[in-house]
Amino acid sequence: MARGHRNVLPFVAGRLAQGLIVMFTVATLVFVLLHAAPGDPLTSLSEQPRITPEVVSRMRQNFGLDQPIPIQYLRYLGNLARGDLGISYTQHRPVVQAIREAIPNTLLLATVALLIDFGLGTLVGIAQGTRPGSATDRTLSGVTITLYSMPVFWLGLLLMFVFGERLGWFPIAGVTNPVTYPYASLAGKLFDRMHHLILPALALGLVSAGYTARHQRSAMLEAIRQDCVRTARAKGLRERAVVMRHALRNALLPTITLAGLAFPVLLSGAVLIETVFAWPGLGKLAADAVGRRDYPVVTGAAILAAAMVVVGNLLADVATRLIDPRTRTAA
Amino acid sequence: MTRIRLGSLAVAALLLLAILAPVIAPYAPTAQPDLIGLRNAAPSWAHPFGTDMFSRDVLSRVLYGARVSLLIGVLAVAISVTVGTAVGLAAGYAGGAVDAGLMRVVDAGLAIPKIFVVLVVLALWEGITVPVLVGILGFTGWFGVSRIVRAETQSARGREYVAAARAIGIPTHRILVRHVLPNVAAPILVVASLGIGQVILLEAGLSYLGVGVPQPMPSWGNIIADGQHLFASAPWISTAPGLAIVATVMAFSVLADGMRAALDPRDR
Repeated sequence: MARGHRNVLPFVAGRLAQGLIVMFTVATLVFVLLHAAPGDPLTSLSEQPRITPEVVSRMRQNFGLDQPIPIQYLRYLGNLARGDLGISYTQHRPVVQAIREAIPNTLLLATVALLIDFGLGTLVGIAQGTRPGSATDRTLSGVTITLYSMPVFWLGLLLMFVFGERLGWFPIAGVTNPVTYPYASLAGKLFDRMHHLILPALALGLVSAGYTARHQRSAMLEAIRQDCVRTARAKGLRERAVVMRHALRNALLPTITLAGLAFPVLLSGAVLIETVFAWPGLGKLAADAVGRRDYPVVTGAAILAAAMVVVGNLLADVATRLIDPRTRTAA
Repeated sequence: MTRIRLGSLAVAALLLLAILAPVIAPYAPTAQPDLIGLRNAAPSWAHPFGTDMFSRDVLSRVLYGARVSLLIGVLAVAISVTVGTAVGLAAGYAGGAVDAGLMRVVDAGLAIPKIFVVLVVLALWEGITVPVLVGILGFTGWFGVSRIVRAETQSARGREYVAAARAIGIPTHRILVRHVLPNVAAPILVVASLGIGQVILLEAGLSYLGVGVPQPMPSWGNIIADGQHLFASAPWISTAPGLAIVATVMAFSVLADGMRAALDPRDR
């Protein structure tokens, strides 16, 4: 174990460097997109009759848009490195501020959705993988493929209608109750937040759980074919012990990698679910900004979403390495 | 094999419904027969899926929506599979700096959650039309394909038949098209089938947000958006297109599953 931990550090450093390269490329891609678009941010201004061409050209100078592209690119990278994502056109404040307010909400939503996704997904997948071909397996396969084929916002709307409007069990919008929250006790505040979180997190988590369960099922089938499982059975271990101790351990490893990969999917889904449930997160911020063509906000949100994905993958890689002794000796 | 048959039958049926929409649909998708009398009318013999707030027939809109959604799905995937295959073949066959450079771009493309990539492009370009939307979805969807094709190409490159072709002086582009491509075609088909379902989901999401298929052209996503605030009084408006999406994505997934199982000898 001690040796394993020691060479985790260079491994993390290597992965971190890879992550930085990815982020640099993401930033470059966004810059290319910005400049491939017709016109520049001030084109629409110059179409307004009351703004003279002199004003537009002075603004162009102020924003550095008159500089050659390589200079603009370097400035853009410099600003990004300092955490400056520009000014929102419609909110008239730094994009970073708007994103900073939104990120905790999205992280909370995505994390709880991830727990639902993997809690449910692995359980269902294991239940199926241990009795392949049974009636349970076939029924659950039908359920998981249906969940996986569902538009996440539509499931959100259905949950909202049934459990929010019809049954009235859950609030249907926002993060907290704007009327009672400020006066609630600490426990009351916590409950209010959880109460608002359940439906959106459930919608987001259930759709991904369909996918996770399908993966977990095949990982389980794969693991049960392995020699160590055959040996364990030959030793006369009870089937339950064989499954729990030998097959499951091997079948859970690919799932950790999957958790890293699930993050971009959850963030994509969050854009829609946050809009459905008026959840003030990164996704809703970006979706609203697209309609208003406030693209510093959209590009900033995209870059931040990519950063969250890179960090998610990094964590999944490190976790796999810590858990699976085989990956330590290789590489 | 049953899954392949089931999946292709379902896909064929959906394509048929979409192609025959003008014949089957009882009304034009934008017809507003009676703005007052038929506003949000419940399902009836005349309107099996009810009507929406503009008295438009929901069944007709869902049928025409199938044309829009399936067409966008198929065309966008055609673009992303073409681009992804070209990049994957180039990276896998060339190796070295070309491979490293292309794969860094792919890493970055995969790191940005897909909908954000599309949103950035949508925010920058004004006046999105359906062909533009197809282009955006196609040209932002090839990253995953290229990774799979690259891996397959790398393993094909080491095989004898490629070495033999090279030895008798066949030019590289012909080796790629005539010898490598046929051997990597099968996994591409699986990815394409899954991809169509994913693009349909993404397009539905964008149209739901109001930045995808422009109104009044029906798309399953914007029909759901039309009905979202009427769930309590007129649930049929959002229900029908939602079920259509589930059925379609499921059909393509079952087809992809079947193809994958047919290709994987262990799964037989």
